[in-house]
Amino acid sequence: MSCEYARTTLHGYLDGELDAARSAEFERHLESCRECATALAAEESLRSSLQRSGLYEQASVSLRKKTRTELDGATSSPVPRRIPAWRWLAVGASILVVASVSWYVWPRPGTGGAASAPFTAAELIDAHVRSLQPGHLTDVASTDQHTVKPWFDGKLDYAPPVKDYADEGFPLVGGRLDVLAGRNVAAVVYARRKHVINVFVLPTKEPDTPIHPPGLRQGYQWLHWRRQGMEYCAVSDVSLSDLHELAQLIYQ
Amino acid sequence: MSGFDQGRSSDVLDVHERARFEQLVLPHLDAAFNLARWLLKRREDSEDVTQEAMLRAFRFFRGFHGGDGRAWLLQIVRNTCYTWLEKNRPGELMTEFDEELHLQPSVTPESLAISGDNRERLGRALETLPPRFREVLVLRELEGCSYKEIAAITAIPIGTVMSALARARQRLQRALTQTPAQEASREL
Repeated sequence: MSCEYARTTLHGYLDGELDAARSAEFERHLESCRECATALAAEESLRSSLQRSGLYEQASVSLRKKTRTELDGATSSPVPRRIPAWRWLAVGASILVVASVSWYVWPRPGTGGAASAPFTAAELIDAHVRSLQPGHLTDVASTDQHTVKPWFDGKLDYAPPVKDYADEGFPLVGGRLDVLAGRNVAAVVYARRKHVINVFVLPTKEPDTPIHPPGLRQGYQWLHWRRQGMEYCAVSDVSLSDLHELAQLIYQ
Repeated sequence: MSGFDQGRSSDVLDVHERARFEQLVLPHLDAAFNLARWLLKRREDSEDVTQEAMLRAFRFFRGFHGGDGRAWLLQIVRNTCYTWLEKNRPGELMTEFDEELHLQPSVTPESLAISGDNRERLGRALETLPPRFREVLVLRELEGCSYKEIAAITAIPIGTVMSALARARQRLQRALTQTPAQEASREL
């Protein structure tokens, strides 16, 4: 091996890109060539300086935000584009109305009967609307139930059932940790054509119930049921029959 | 790499494709910015071009059929950076890539020992290199890319990645062993 050749090969050796035979050949050469030994030491020193230098520059928070906004503009609904302030006011106002109405319609936990949902309608709709804001839909975005399900491990003290229903027309979009009525809750996200469905899951000690008669507020539907120690609230703006179809798939 | 094999882009992707993009490509935003930052040097320009590249990647996402999301994205970032440089700073691309350099037997580990002003000195030396040398160093030393990935991103044949890196490192060493006096005079 000529020394000139070693000066190139040296880099493959340094980068761990030589096959075993060429690597061994270069090591033999290294024993007898002082120039290469010196050069290799210099390259190793330069590499460790570069890697310890902190030259790697990360994207700023504002770039992250701008990028997400751009992507929202290139994503079809339901991830909303720029929503005018008056619409948010309208949403806020309607939530207030819903909250006061639902106080009677849907009793809070502890005050209602065995079949009552653990959240008010306002809390559910609020959480659903919040999830539609840019970047809020999923903490783990995956169509693979074997990615989403383990993601919840260690974040919650229970394991929410996660299954992809893409074949039935409800592809899994991902999962998210949400807070509802001060409790950490798993949100499993599905898509139905261009609509998003949030399924909130939390454990319960209450007996199973059938899929509860639907609620409808401000264009959002929800269904509630208990099954095998888990409490489910599915919320979306899809049609009631679609939402019921998904609820039945999960219920099985 | 089969990044652009469909040859067309779509202006709007659905929520499902968006979720896939968030999973496979968006986690490499730092890598995208870091490459743009070292190719374009100025932070503001790098942010603009990274953003443009992310949007391009999203629009071409249907042509991405899985595989290495980082390499696929960095290929787009690099192309976007070069297009930007051609338009805005054509002078920087004029440097000959295959320029032969004299070997420098005088370089020793001691002469490269870098002290307090480590980061600034290294960064400045790196910025004096022509973009095509700079990018292979950034991809290899900062991003930890394999030769195969570097070849895919920079569109140079895999057989020449090693020699490109050899020349780039030689250049960097030369830039670093410039005396402080030379550096100071350059700044004036």
